[in-house]
Amino acid sequence: MHEMSLAVGILELIEEAARVQKFRRVLAVEVEIGELAAVEAEAISFCFSAVTRATLAEGARLQIVHVAGQGLCFNCHQTVLLAALYDPCPACGGHPVQATGGTEMRVTELEVE
Amino acid sequence: MCTTCGCGAGQVRVAGEPVPAAGSTDAVAAQDSQQAGKYRLAGAPASTAGDQGSSGRRARWHAHASPDAHPHPHPLEDMHAVGDAAAPAVAAGEHRHHGHDDGHAVATAPSRLVQIERDILASNDAYAAANRRRFEEQGIFALNLVSSPGSGKTSLLCRTIELLKTRLPLAVIEGDQQTSRDAERIRATGVPALQINTGKGCHLDAHMVGHALQTLSPVDDSLLLIENVGNLVCPAAFDLGEAHKVVILSVTEGEDKPLKYPHMFAAASLMLLNKIDLLPYLSFDVEQAIAHAWQVNPGLRVIQLSATSGEGFDEWLAWLDEGCATVPGRKRTTIDGLRRPIAELESLLSSAARC
Repeated sequence: MHEMSLAVGILELIEEAARVQKFRRVLAVEVEIGELAAVEAEAISFCFSAVTRATLAEGARLQIVHVAGQGLCFNCHQTVLLAALYDPCPACGGHPVQATGGTEMRVTELEVE
Repeated sequence: MCTTCGCGAGQVRVAGEPVPAAGSTDAVAAQDSQQAGKYRLAGAPASTAGDQGSSGRRARWHAHASPDAHPHPHPLEDMHAVGDAAAPAVAAGEHRHHGHDDGHAVATAPSRLVQIERDILASNDAYAAANRRRFEEQGIFALNLVSSPGSGKTSLLCRTIELLKTRLPLAVIEGDQQTSRDAERIRATGVPALQINTGKGCHLDAHMVGHALQTLSPVDDSLLLIENVGNLVCPAAFDLGEAHKVVILSVTEGEDKPLKYPHMFAAASLMLLNKIDLLPYLSFDVEQAIAHAWQVNPGLRVIQLSATSGEGFDEWLAWLDEGCATVPGRKRTTIDGLRRPIAELESLLSSAARC
């Protein structure tokens, strides 16, 4: 959805970290993107390379770690893997399933020098 | 330029005045103390281990004295880096070499891993937290109204205002890509309204709303209605500091919109099903639409109404009354609450001095 703003958000986190940690170049950025998060991994990679041009993260690899979606089925009361927000429960076929995991969008680690 | 929705940065206007881009400096200022020490060295290389300590040693954030993100001075040197990031075409054209004077050392420095563990929307969330504090201090019940374009948000707001304005102080923030037509419609009802033009942007963010609050200055114990840009996608992810997101679906749209745009319906607390006066002329299946919404968000409250006929407004106004009554504290007098107007006035004075 809003990948450009999110890519700028990633760069802001990197720049804040650079001020604190005193590094000058970023080689790789690891981000965790939940399967249920409102973001397209391909689009964020494209936007990331665009917003990092002429910054300390220019050319950095964006490593996206996909986190599986998880939900609690209100029908069978099981915690189940969920591929999309509106999917029926894969265990019992029932509705609704409340998402409990896989909605995160986080920068987890940087490789810097 | 966003490949998904075509949004960009640098054209945001609050009541016609340009707004500086969100800067990392004030985002840092707004961090709660719990953010301190989030950065951690994970694997210092052996050659520098003596300097950097063992794995897991914590580095602290630099502390800012300011308790609040708004108002903020936007130091130019910090804004600059963010400005570059938000305008890739310009940055690419100029191709500046940050830190080039130390380039030799950079080229030979060994790489290391830095663990961050921070949400990508941390900057927006920090501004949202500052807005939320302001709402709590002033006892303001703030709602973020979201929908597709053409769902009848502004008509619904106008009717709501007409019914409420004699018994409750109200203020409105209007978000649109261009024009101030909506704010003018609201102001015609006699209620203060401020227009944010997002330019190429497709949603309001907490930073824009923070600036709008400074200009609008909503009164204590009031109801603040924030009408977001007509867009069922992007505004779902951006917390503005509101108490609730209210999603408006009109019966001239499809019943399956909650399934097609699930994030918005999942983020909302209340769905207003608008234009029900048109149901006799349409094949819209109300039960199906509500079932789809509950499939995405089982806890979603639904109210059916018509901004044209007024049907269903009793229930909607009762929901608003209930919400206003539950605002925590109802204007708590805090030190931060007293500091904020002083800081705002100082910010205005310093900007006036620069002009």
